[in-house]
Amino acid sequence: MPAYIARRFMLMLLTLFGMSVLIFVLLRLMPGNVADILFDASGFIDPAERARIEEELGLDQPVVTQYVQWIGALLCGDLGFSYVSERPAIEEILPRIPVTAQLAAWSLLFSVVLGVPLGVISAVRQNTGLDYALRLVSLSGLSLPSFWLGLLILMAFVQWFGFIPIYSETPATLWDGFLMFALPAAAVGFRSSALIMRLTRSSMLEVLRQDFIRTARAKGATEQAVNYRHALRNAVLPVVTIIGIEAAFLIGGLIVTETVFNIPGLARFLVEAILWRDYPIVQNLVMLIAVVVVVVNFLVDMLYAVLDPRIRYSD
Amino acid sequence: MATMRTLVQPVDHAAELGRAGANVTGGGSALLHLAGRHPLGLLGLVIVVVFVLVAAFAPLLATYDPLATNAAASLAQPGGQHMLGADFMGRDLWSRIIYGARISLAVGIASTVLGCVIGAAVGLVSGYWGGWVDLVVQRVNDVLQALPLLVLALVMAASLGPSLANTIIAISIPVVPHVARVVRASTLSVREMPFVEAARAEGMGELQIALRHVLPNTLAPVIVLSTAQLGSAILTEASLSFLGLGIPEPYPSWGRMLSESAAEYVRTAPWLVIFPGLAISLVIFGTNLLGDAVRDILDPRERS
Repeated sequence: MPAYIARRFMLMLLTLFGMSVLIFVLLRLMPGNVADILFDASGFIDPAERARIEEELGLDQPVVTQYVQWIGALLCGDLGFSYVSERPAIEEILPRIPVTAQLAAWSLLFSVVLGVPLGVISAVRQNTGLDYALRLVSLSGLSLPSFWLGLLILMAFVQWFGFIPIYSETPATLWDGFLMFALPAAAVGFRSSALIMRLTRSSMLEVLRQDFIRTARAKGATEQAVNYRHALRNAVLPVVTIIGIEAAFLIGGLIVTETVFNIPGLARFLVEAILWRDYPIVQNLVMLIAVVVVVVNFLVDMLYAVLDPRIRYSD
Repeated sequence: MATMRTLVQPVDHAAELGRAGANVTGGGSALLHLAGRHPLGLLGLVIVVVFVLVAAFAPLLATYDPLATNAAASLAQPGGQHMLGADFMGRDLWSRIIYGARISLAVGIASTVLGCVIGAAVGLVSGYWGGWVDLVVQRVNDVLQALPLLVLALVMAASLGPSLANTIIAISIPVVPHVARVVRASTLSVREMPFVEAARAEGMGELQIALRHVLPNTLAPVIVLSTAQLGSAILTEASLSFLGLGIPEPYPSWGRMLSESAAEYVRTAPWLVIFPGLAISLVIFGTNLLGDAVRDILDPRERS
């Protein structure tokens, strides 16, 4: 097990290194840099001024030098300066983390609370009308783009209450936070809950087919006991693993939903930074996302081994 | 005990054979079989076919030129001259949605096919020849899979620049590692099969064995994966266009119609929000239903 963890950890570092190279190269492929965008905005191009800006930002250096400078600084905790606001990137990124983290947490909670019970019901009542109805609901959940669902929710809200909910500074109580994030979290979480529901259903069906379930029935256990004491306990394990997939899934939903609801979080900031060619922000944010996804997947693998004593990683 | 359960069910062989499709003889009976066994899959197929027909016959179905602006019709309500209303520039929403089907399906299908072809080639090479190529491919796959699909597509789309072809490439890249992984895994098992050894004994070249004997035997999971990916590719195009990094003007894209109409028209012109979103959701719903049925048919392990 320690050898396995060490190996997984090294692979994780290798992946993150590869990611940093990929992102760096992709950003340098982008047509136009921030100097072009600034000149686009002002409507004329002064070559001398342009060269000065590029020199100031280090854009005239060879790509390899730029990369080494970025990684060197990053390892020392220095994220550089935003080209657009000219403030340290860390000051732009840090305050946005709690906003997105809260939204992500509410969305995840929403998706689990809705997805797991519905998945269990769907499996227990397999091939009944209820099962078909729930499967259709989950399929439509997977088919609704979160940004459209977000717009529909906004529309319904405006229809009933006459105004558009506006994001305010960090809420005072948990309840305030819930009220503020409930609508966007529903827009992001509905799609994820559909995914959780499908996986819970198939995992539950898999377990219900096994011998020990038949044994439990044979010894006279009630339907309730078979479903919840014997089956569900074994079926939730694979559901835990999808938290890793969820993390990646949620981030995609957050990007569009923060844009729809005008929430000043990291995800919307990433899109803005990409549109502005703000390299220091984009490359550090994308690295942050990659770290989150890779670390979550690593932790989920470990958690899986802890939760299920039958699993022992070797080699 | 409330209900008595039979532990061992008697097998109805004729019914089992019918369910497995033993009496399917041609196209017509295959459709009937599909309708009986996978009614939702048939519904999905119908939805997708309808959208394909709409895209193919867009000029016949559209009532206006999708790009023609008309100041007098700005934000016209549904009904009357414009069936589904018109946008701020007075462009007919129905015609734009009809032509939008072309963009959505073309980008979705092209990027899925491109991603699958590259992925299958990469997976075959890495699984069949192994060695350091395999090692490098696997590490590159790890990197590509460490980013959420939309983030990778966003960065790709931004770095390639806005155009129809670049959007297709940006959406196809995240598909590659998934397909490569699946093809590599089946290649590893297929290349150990006796018929591969037989082909080699006959003096067949390695490349020919890989292409003629190994590749065809790895395709079933790729077909399953590609139908599942189609909906996700369509969704990614809509999301990219919604965020302003997808299909550029003047192509009518459903995602961009929504971003143009976003927050401000939620109050004043809800039809601009409802109809394009409905089109996106319906076509993805169709591909998801179809994808599920294809998986059930081709991948017996997933059967319930």
